[in-house]
Amino acid sequence: MRDKVLIANGQGFWGDSILGPVRLVREGPLDYLALDYLAEVTMSIMQKLKGRNPKAGYATDFVAMLDRILPEAAEKGIKIIANAGGVNPGACLEAVMDLARKKGVKGLKVGIIEGDDILHRIDELLASGEELKNLDDGRPLTEIADRISSANVYIGAPAVAECLAQGADIVIGGRITDPALVAGPLMHEFGWSPDAYDELAAATVAGHIVECGAQCTGGNFTAWRDIEDFVKIGYPVIEAHSDGTFYVTKHADTGGLVDRRTVIHQLLYEMGDPERYLGPDCTADFTSAVIEEDGPNRVKVSGVRGTAPTDTFKASISYHDGYKASGQLTVSGPEALAKAKLCADIVFGRLALDGVTFDDDQRCVEFVGSGVCHAGIVDEVDPPEVVLRIGVKDKDKAKVDRFGMEIVPLVTSGPPGVTGFAGGRPKATDIISYWPALIDKRKVTTDVRVETV
Amino acid sequence: MAKIKLADIAQARSGDKGDGSNVGIFVHNQADYDWLREVLTPARVKEHFKAICFGDVVRYEAPNMLALNFILHDSLGGGGSESLKTDAQGKTHGLALLEMEIER
Repeated sequence: MRDKVLIANGQGFWGDSILGPVRLVREGPLDYLALDYLAEVTMSIMQKLKGRNPKAGYATDFVAMLDRILPEAAEKGIKIIANAGGVNPGACLEAVMDLARKKGVKGLKVGIIEGDDILHRIDELLASGEELKNLDDGRPLTEIADRISSANVYIGAPAVAECLAQGADIVIGGRITDPALVAGPLMHEFGWSPDAYDELAAATVAGHIVECGAQCTGGNFTAWRDIEDFVKIGYPVIEAHSDGTFYVTKHADTGGLVDRRTVIHQLLYEMGDPERYLGPDCTADFTSAVIEEDGPNRVKVSGVRGTAPTDTFKASISYHDGYKASGQLTVSGPEALAKAKLCADIVFGRLALDGVTFDDDQRCVEFVGSGVCHAGIVDEVDPPEVVLRIGVKDKDKAKVDRFGMEIVPLVTSGPPGVTGFAGGRPKATDIISYWPALIDKRKVTTDVRVETV
Repeated sequence: MAKIKLADIAQARSGDKGDGSNVGIFVHNQADYDWLREVLTPARVKEHFKAICFGDVVRYEAPNMLALNFILHDSLGGGGSESLKTDAQGKTHGLALLEMEIER
């Protein structure tokens, strides 16, 4: 057993910089590289792609990224854990195997985890007594059952550990939780049992700290002037020990900052009740963590306590919920704000002339530059120019498209100084809403498969 | 008593939680934390965000981080892909809270 394990996160979300993983592999010592590619809406998009092409439905960016870091990562013995499989881990496995063969990486073992995707099981699950009611408001799933576009269960660390135990160098999952991308390798390396709740809670806290990449190393940090070299910002590296103690660090000679403040920033991100952070493997108490600086760019976290998890998994279901469109124009001064407000009134006035109206809570008008993000907190100002952002939503796609046709005409038939219209008429796009639910753990089984190049 | 801005003593980060946002705020010493816990009530935060948050404000404490965590329900115009707002994920709500001025 190693006395310590180095795990980095190189991808905080689908769309994060490819320089994260590429530099982590190149610039410093590393045992594992964890990569997060999924968000709630992503799964729905992937199901749609898979519906059109049975070989699609995973994060293609992941394969493009591997093209940059193979064979170097394999030569250095860095194992890769990613939830890039989306709704089609099998197709992702094939694409990775093809790439490895093309690049001559012989003997590479690629594993996948399946079983999180329950889209095809909804009827069976409902029939077996699972209600899958909305966790936020208690509505029954039957209200939206005909409009579901994806359904996945959040899978925890044991499946990742099992895949590694079978020898995988690259682990591809679907909806693995973000913290499990870190907790899985640690469970495997340190031989933690499934009821080592304190250790699993510590790994959950570690996973939470690094799951948004550079957001714990100086990114999105209140005291941003304290951050040196955003260009070469280092992505986070966890140095984990078998008793659950871990250190948050980054590679030498990288930009950014790791201190008590940057770590606490990320601990608080997307936090609910800090005493009860519910995960599939344990319930972690974030208030038990002792957070201490241990030298430059090195923070020690110890003492984390956890308890047994609940007997349910969280499921993430998405469903089609109408249409929306949004467009924008730039309005210059003088009197930019007054003219932008007039423009918004003109758009909705002309639509009404044509018999098209939207309820107040189905439309959004913002004068970007005048103080929209902090509305009601900072005084509204009349800047030299404002960006008018105007949008609507409705169940009726035709109404939403009709709205999109009434923005450009302002350039010639509204007040002076209206410009910056780019991208054509805004078109109606699908609204995909999110339906969180709980499911009995006994109704979900995960399967692990490892193949060799 | 003089007014101080929370930005003078605190730092914050925010993000989305369904159709609401979470705003975590923390300070750097125990005296400031004891004061913050006293004055930064959910009602005060709700009043501060009256043009943004239309639901309940719930507060949690994390004394090990000298932090308070607020959930601002119904503050994202629907949240996720449903929202039409520029800040559909509440990314800027942390800095908005730091704009608050309180007598001390």
